[in-house]
Amino acid sequence: MTTEVADAADVPAVQRPGVVSRLMSGKAGPVGLMLLLILVIWYAGAVYLNAPRLIDGYERSDTEWTFSQLTDDAWAMERPILPAPHQVLVELNKTIFGKKITSKRSLIYHSWVTISSTLLGFVLGTSLGMLLAVGIVHVKALDKSLMPWVIASQTIPILAIAPMIIVVLGAIGLTGLVPKSIISMYLCFFPVTIGMVKGLRSPDPLQLDLMRTYSSSTSQVFWKLRWPSSVPFLFASLKVAIAISLVGAIVGELPTGAQAGIGARLLVGSYYGQTIQIWSALVMASILAGLLVALVGVAEKFVLRRMGVAQTGGAG
Amino acid sequence: MQNVAVKAVPTAAVERGSKSSVVETDKLSLTFQTADGPVYALSNVNLTIEQGDFVSFIGPSGCGKTTLMRVIADLEQPTEGSITVNKVSPREARLDRAYGYVFQAPALYPWRQVDRNVTLPLEIMGLSKAEQQERAARYLEMVNLTGFEKKYPWQLSGGMQQRVSIARALSFEPDLLLMDEPFGALDEITRDHLNEQLLRLWEKTQKTVVFVTHSIPEAVFLSSKIVVMSPRPGRIIDVIDCNLPPDRTLDARETPEFLEIAHRVREGLRAGHSYDD
Repeated sequence: MTTEVADAADVPAVQRPGVVSRLMSGKAGPVGLMLLLILVIWYAGAVYLNAPRLIDGYERSDTEWTFSQLTDDAWAMERPILPAPHQVLVELNKTIFGKKITSKRSLIYHSWVTISSTLLGFVLGTSLGMLLAVGIVHVKALDKSLMPWVIASQTIPILAIAPMIIVVLGAIGLTGLVPKSIISMYLCFFPVTIGMVKGLRSPDPLQLDLMRTYSSSTSQVFWKLRWPSSVPFLFASLKVAIAISLVGAIVGELPTGAQAGIGARLLVGSYYGQTIQIWSALVMASILAGLLVALVGVAEKFVLRRMGVAQTGGAG
Repeated sequence: MQNVAVKAVPTAAVERGSKSSVVETDKLSLTFQTADGPVYALSNVNLTIEQGDFVSFIGPSGCGKTTLMRVIADLEQPTEGSITVNKVSPREARLDRAYGYVFQAPALYPWRQVDRNVTLPLEIMGLSKAEQQERAARYLEMVNLTGFEKKYPWQLSGGMQQRVSIARALSFEPDLLLMDEPFGALDEITRDHLNEQLLRLWEKTQKTVVFVTHSIPEAVFLSSKIVVMSPRPGRIIDVIDCNLPPDRTLDARETPEFLEIAHRVREGLRAGHSYDD
C-alpha cells in the first residue's frame, strides 16, 4: 500500500488507483484475503500434523513416497489429527444436504436441537436480565445488594457448574430442553443486565429534569425516556448474549452425554476419534453463531431506523 | 451591597393594580456542599416577580442565575429562606404543572419526530390525541416550524431545535415560562431573530417569563425588569425597570433609552466586581 502511495506521488497526473488498492478498498477484498490466508495455513497445518503417522506407515510397508503423495494422503485420511478444509466441507455437505432433516445423522437436526434451547435460553436470559436491570436502576437497595451477586455469578466457570445444574434439575424431573436453556440463561442474562443498566441510566440530566418539570410518574419516565434511551445499549448486549447463549446450550449438552445437538456430535466424535465430524460440528456451531448474531443485527437496524436514529450522515 | 433588591410587595401590588405576584422569595439562600467545602450559590435573595412580567436574570457565569431559576422550578432545594410560586411551594407548583421550562440545550428526545417532541408533555398530562395534534400544529406554527412536523431532531439546525423546545414548553399552555439561556448556544443572527419572535410571543400571550442570560442587549431588549446578579455568593445587586415601547423591533437597540438602560446594567455588573479574583 505504501509503495503505491509513493508511486502516486511520483506521477501526480491522472493515475488510476491500482487493482490491489481498488480491491482492498471494499469489504470483500480484505475478508477474502484473510480467508485465503487461513485456508493456506490450514492446509499446511494438516500436512505438518498428519505427516508423522503417514511416514510411519510408508516405512513400515516399505513404500516409496514422494512429497506430493504425502500431501495427497495427508488431506485424505479417514481419521486425521487435523482434517483438511475440503474434507470438512464434504462432511458438512453430506450431513446437511445428504440426510433427511429428521435423521439422527442430519446436522440440521442436531443444529435445531441446539438452536431451540439456545433461543429459549436467550429469551429467558434476556427477560431476567431486563428485569434485574429495571430493579437495579429503580431501587437503590437492589443496586447495592444485587449488582455484586450478578458479577460474582459470572466468575464461576460454566463448565464446572453446568453438570450440577443438569443433575439438580434432573432430580426434580426437568430434563432435555429446559436444563440446557437454563445454562444458556445463566450465561446470557449478564450482558443484558449490564448493558440495560447502563442504557437505562444513559438519559442526560436535562432530559430527566424535563420529565420532572412535567411532574411525570416513574413509569412515564421509564416508558417515555429510559426505555427508548436504552435500546441501542440493549442491542449491543443482545448480540453478545445470543452468541454465548449458543455456547451455553452446547456446554449443556456435554456433561449429560446428550443424544442430540451440536454438543452431542462433538462428544460422539471425540469418543470415536472422528475428527472430521468434530470439525464439521465446530464449523456448524460458528455458522449458527454468525447467523444468530446477524439476525440480531438485522433487528437492530430495523428498530433503530424506526426510531429515527441516523445511521449515516450528520444533520442535513 | 446586600440586597438592594426589589421594592416592597404591597407597593408593587398597588402600582400594578390587579396584577398579582407569581414568584416571591424571602431571604432565599442555597449552599451546595461539595468535597472542596461549601459553595454559596445563592445568598439572601429577595425577589418578587409579578404576573405578566418579563424578568431577566443577568450576571456573569457562576452567579447563581440558573440556580435561582432551578429553585423556582423545584429542581433545587433552597437551604434557607422561603419561596412561593403562584402562592404555593415550588413543589406544589411543579405538581400543578404551573410552568414550562426551556433549558440551555434543546433536550429533545432524538427518537421522537418534531411533533411528537412537542406533544410529549401533552401525552404525560393525558390530553386527547386530537387535542395533542391540534396544539402541536398551533405551537409549531407560532415558532415558524410548520412543515417540519415529521423531521427528526438531528435533521434540524440548532436554532430550529431550540424553537421546537420552546414550542414544547408552550404546548401545555403554562402561565409561567422559565427560560434558561435558551439562545446561548446560537449564532447572533439566529439569536436576534428569535429574540424578536419571543418578544412578539410574550406580547401576544401575556405570559410571565423568567429569562436567564448573560447578554446585556438581549436582556434590555426583551425585559420589563432586569435583575442584575453577582457571583460568590450569588446575590441580587440591582433590579432595573425597563419599559421600552411595545411592538419594538431590533432597531430599538439604537435608541438612547435602550443605551441608557444597557449602561445601567453594565454599571451594576461592574459594581458586582466579580473579576478581581
